[in-house]
Amino acid sequence: MISTLITLNKDSMSVFREQDVVPFRNRVKEYAVKIKMGLVNQTKLITAASELVRNMLRYANGGNVLIEVVSRGRDNGIRLTFKDEGPGIADISVAMKDGFSTGKSLGLGLPGTKRLVNEFEIKSELGKGTKVTILKWANG
Amino acid sequence: MDRIPILRMGQFLLVTIQVDLYDRLALDLEADLVKMVSKTGAKGILIDISAVSIVDSFMGRIIGNIGVMSKLLDAETVVVGMQPAVAITLVELGLPLKGVYTALNVEKGMDLLESKIQVIEDEIDPDDDFDADNT
Repeated sequence: MISTLITLNKDSMSVFREQDVVPFRNRVKEYAVKIKMGLVNQTKLITAASELVRNMLRYANGGNVLIEVVSRGRDNGIRLTFKDEGPGIADISVAMKDGFSTGKSLGLGLPGTKRLVNEFEIKSELGKGTKVTILKWANG
Repeated sequence: MDRIPILRMGQFLLVTIQVDLYDRLALDLEADLVKMVSKTGAKGILIDISAVSIVDSFMGRIIGNIGVMSKLLDAETVVVGMQPAVAITLVELGLPLKGVYTALNVEKGMDLLESKIQVIEDEIDPDDDFDADNT
């Protein structure tokens, strides 16, 4: 019995400077609080969002984030879609490995982020950009 | 420009992070702290993160860096007051913050720093031993 996913609310935000990161996190938090997400899940979601938004800034000079409040059956959740027009990722399976990084980071971003959320999807095309979608249920 | 204040208390430096750090602020704090340790000859740094709700890999790296850098200048770093949700998230993210000492609150953190310094004063650092056997 799989119910379909319904979008209840939509909001979008551009992130092009590192100063945008904190307001963006606060916006995500507002929505998470609205659907009564628990504190631990909130923290996981916002940390995941923070990692992805940082990736976007570092590798693609920023991009757009779509914030959606979604519902499936009795569950409510937050879905975030990060879209950039950066260089893209050559090999996603390699990028998803712990410890891999082309930048000067620890390489925890993508695999770590995946562990923090319920659903994670990444699509990338070289030269076109990258789209990452994450979903966290309020009690997931 | 914003700056995180660093308080000096005896031979320790005290930092309380009360705002969500953006990158520039965190990097400035790292540099300020290291400079301050060098200038004052402080023996320990205590960082209170009880008001910080999000520690992502960048922030985690900064905290780790502060620990390693201050260690190079002969000062210990203790991070205190981490929120439980932050601890859970850090471990799942894969960033267990090895290399820095942690304590539950400021008081316990201070005790820990004091005990560290005591130990260092009492014993001879084994890392300083030269290989005496080469004849």
